[in-house]
Amino acid sequence: MTLTSSPIHPVHHRLRAKTLTLLVLMVVFGSAGDVLLSKGMKQIGPVTDWSAAALARVGYATLTSPTVWLGVSSLTLFFICYLLVLSWADFSFVLPASAASYVIVPLLGFTLLGESVSLIRWVGIGLIAVGVGFVGTTPPNTTGVNSHASSSSAGAGK
Amino acid sequence: MIRTALFVAIVIFASTGGEIAVTHAMKQHGEVHDFAPRAILGVIGRAFRQGWMWFGFLLMVVSFFALLALLSWENVSFVIPATALSYAVGALGAKFLLGEQVNRVRWAGVLLVCLGVALVWAG
Repeated sequence: MTLTSSPIHPVHHRLRAKTLTLLVLMVVFGSAGDVLLSKGMKQIGPVTDWSAAALARVGYATLTSPTVWLGVSSLTLFFICYLLVLSWADFSFVLPASAASYVIVPLLGFTLLGESVSLIRWVGIGLIAVGVGFVGTTPPNTTGVNSHASSSSAGAGK
Repeated sequence: MIRTALFVAIVIFASTGGEIAVTHAMKQHGEVHDFAPRAILGVIGRAFRQGWMWFGFLLMVVSFFALLALLSWENVSFVIPATALSYAVGALGAKFLLGEQVNRVRWAGVLLVCLGVALVWAG
């Protein structure tokens, strides 16, 4: 089966809605995971002593940090969403579209944490947003959808 | 200089190759319809029974360690813009290895994202 690129094609419309939902989840979980891991490791502090005992202490602090575990859980959810969306969407669609996180994270840092963003970064953020917008106008799948493998559960399809 | 170029190339090609292999494995699995937690676990379990998934995973691990090595002597403000090329390499791989149709609009989007990611990190 080959999909047409018509925006009113019902399969195309269904895929676009599913793809957008999973991409939003990817951006949310990926960004949250990065921020939480970074925060967790900063709470633990920089590794300055490379002795076995000191490394063991850092390892223990890492493994018992709730923030680190929240970060790892968030990144695991990101990876699951990534695998699911690739079961139907083009890699050349998902890869650039997921770069939206490069827009969201600096914007969150700017609005919520009051971080400064240089002019050149604003230009980069603008280019990514326009690029993601361009990719978003193309059909999410151009190779045909293979539905047989999970058709047994199609009754619960969304 | 040669060592840096070599490691940038390893990061780009191993990560892109890994993601293309993982995409191939998920396409062989087929479109997921059921998003109940148990069904999703089943999808992940079936996906990891495919050789392409493990091959992709291995390449991603290689890319991750090459990135760590690169970051040990280069600044992140150089490394991330340099590896932003992986968006363009990914689109080429998707076109020629996965048979995806990358039209002009998608190419324009990919190239803008490449440039944008480079600027965000360089700035």
